[in-house]
Amino acid sequence: MTLPDTESHVDEAPASHGPVRVKVERTWWQRHGRTSTVWLLRLVLVAVVLVLWQLAADRWIDSTFTSQPTEIVARLAEWIDDGTLWLHSWVTIQEIVYGFALGSAVGALAGYVLASINMLYRVLDPFMMALYSIPKVALAPLFIVWFGIGMHMKVLLAAATVFFLVFLNTAAGVREVDRGLIDAVRLMGGNRWHIARKVVLPASMNGLLTGLKVAIPYALIGAVIGELVASNQGLGYLINDAAAQFDTAGVFATLVVLSVIAAVLNVVVGLMSKRANRWKPLDARS
Amino acid sequence: MTTVLRAEGLTKRFPKDDTATVALRDFAVRIDEGSFVSVLGRSGCGKSTMLNLLAGLTEPSAGAVTYRDQKLTGPNIDIGYLTQSDTLMPWRDVQRNVEMPLEIRGVSKVDRRTAAAEQIERVGLRGFEKHYPSELSGGMRRRASLARMLVGDPETLLMDEPFGALDAQLRAELQDELLRLWHGSGQTVVFVTHDIEEALLLGDRVVVLGQLGRIMLDREVPLARPRSADSLRVDPEFVALHNELADALREGAR
Ligand SMILES: Nc1ncnc2c1ncn2[C@@H]1O[C@H](COP(=O)(O)OP(=O)(O)OP(=O)(O)O)[C@@H](O)[C@H]1O
Ligand SMILES: [Mg+2]
Repeated sequence: MTLPDTESHVDEAPASHGPVRVKVERTWWQRHGRTSTVWLLRLVLVAVVLVLWQLAADRWIDSTFTSQPTEIVARLAEWIDDGTLWLHSWVTIQEIVYGFALGSAVGALAGYVLASINMLYRVLDPFMMALYSIPKVALAPLFIVWFGIGMHMKVLLAAATVFFLVFLNTAAGVREVDRGLIDAVRLMGGNRWHIARKVVLPASMNGLLTGLKVAIPYALIGAVIGELVASNQGLGYLINDAAAQFDTAGVFATLVVLSVIAAVLNVVVGLMSKRANRWKPLDARS
Repeated sequence: MTTVLRAEGLTKRFPKDDTATVALRDFAVRIDEGSFVSVLGRSGCGKSTMLNLLAGLTEPSAGAVTYRDQKLTGPNIDIGYLTQSDTLMPWRDVQRNVEMPLEIRGVSKVDRRTAAAEQIERVGLRGFEKHYPSELSGGMRRRASLARMLVGDPETLLMDEPFGALDAQLRAELQDELLRLWHGSGQTVVFVTHDIEEALLLGDRVVVLGQLGRIMLDREVPLARPRSADSLRVDPEFVALHNELADALREGAR
């Protein structure tokens, strides 16, 4: 082993140390075959279930209890025609969006601030866990007393659920920040503000995104439960109303709409997890 | 020669429940301006603890560190510290990691870019500017950390086993680069290693630490520069020094 004595030697040698990238040729089937099969099987499964359901109703089981796919489709068409569907869905969607926005904004802020102040966090931690453990349905009667049976109550019920999930995940993210990274910024002459903005904020982003991700379905649950408990509009109300009249087709039609909303929310969740799984520049650029 | 960095009666304890681990006890050292000091010691003898204290990252339990006749109370940007573990920001690519010290100092974007490019080139990472730390090998991360420390142009460098994870060839290249950088820059270097040969190849002076940072040996390295590993190995003076340090290390383990 000799120590390199020329400048050029040092310059070119390390550059050849990198990984080698090669292009991989794949046929259409290798690329999409598996996904196509899965989707095909899913469609077949849905079709089989629907046909069996249709055949079984009134033949082996009483359709008063289970309704049947054709009736459900008819009910959906009817509701779309007279505007019922859109009216109630819109109310529920608004509750979900407002509840989610409110809960996650407050949750993220609280998580970030509380977790940064160690003493405060240690004092409040058990109380937060206790409140988190309360089933949020149990809060509904109280919220009715406080806010009436309007939209506020559902928004706040959804927000209460979302808040804890976002809060806990953000706080965990902030508290798990690598001590070494903070020290690195201190060595660069960074102050508390630099540490908060350039280390803690981006490092806790994964926790925050996880919180947002798991909270999305709970916004829907919170809103619908609020409507089921007490309301005069929204999809939860529609279910209650239909069930009270023994209109099972109506109940199932509403459930279909709820599943569609849930599916859309799941797509949003999927997009967010993709974001969360990448270590890409999420921090504020200056 | 003026003393840049001075430690006196330095003790560090890590309390846990009712007991405390003593990592360093009554440690004293003076580092002269412009010198290259190798610190040699077995694993767990308190080398990293010592550097953390010299860098102002941790508070001593007793004693004090003085930097240019001023008591060190926290990190100082004149002191660059390459820590033993990697502390690159995983959400920043190499370029933005290297720029970070300048970003904190408020240097303009254009100037940051040029300064970072120069250091990235120097450590042989050109072409990897847009890679994230998770996409680099361990040795490449080490080199990126080195570039990040150098970009701030510190006058004193503390390095904790910086080249341990590199292959022999690359290690030799970076050792050479470090010497080139240090030579004529007036910078002071404290270089921690557990490799006797590396300590002798680089240092003006070697300090051998035993248990709890007890100084087993502190001597000049009279070998002429430039030193080359190949010719050193057969140099009788080097062999004698090597044996002396090995003995001191063995002594320190007891
Ligand atoms: N944060 C800490 N908490 C408790 N004990 C610690 C801490 N840091 C170091 N120690 C203890 O101090 C002693 C010295 O540790 P140090 O990291 O300084 O060793 P080192 O000489 O750098 O070893 P190595 O060569 O393996 O890096 C060890 O016994 C270790 O257990
Ligand atoms: Mg160490």
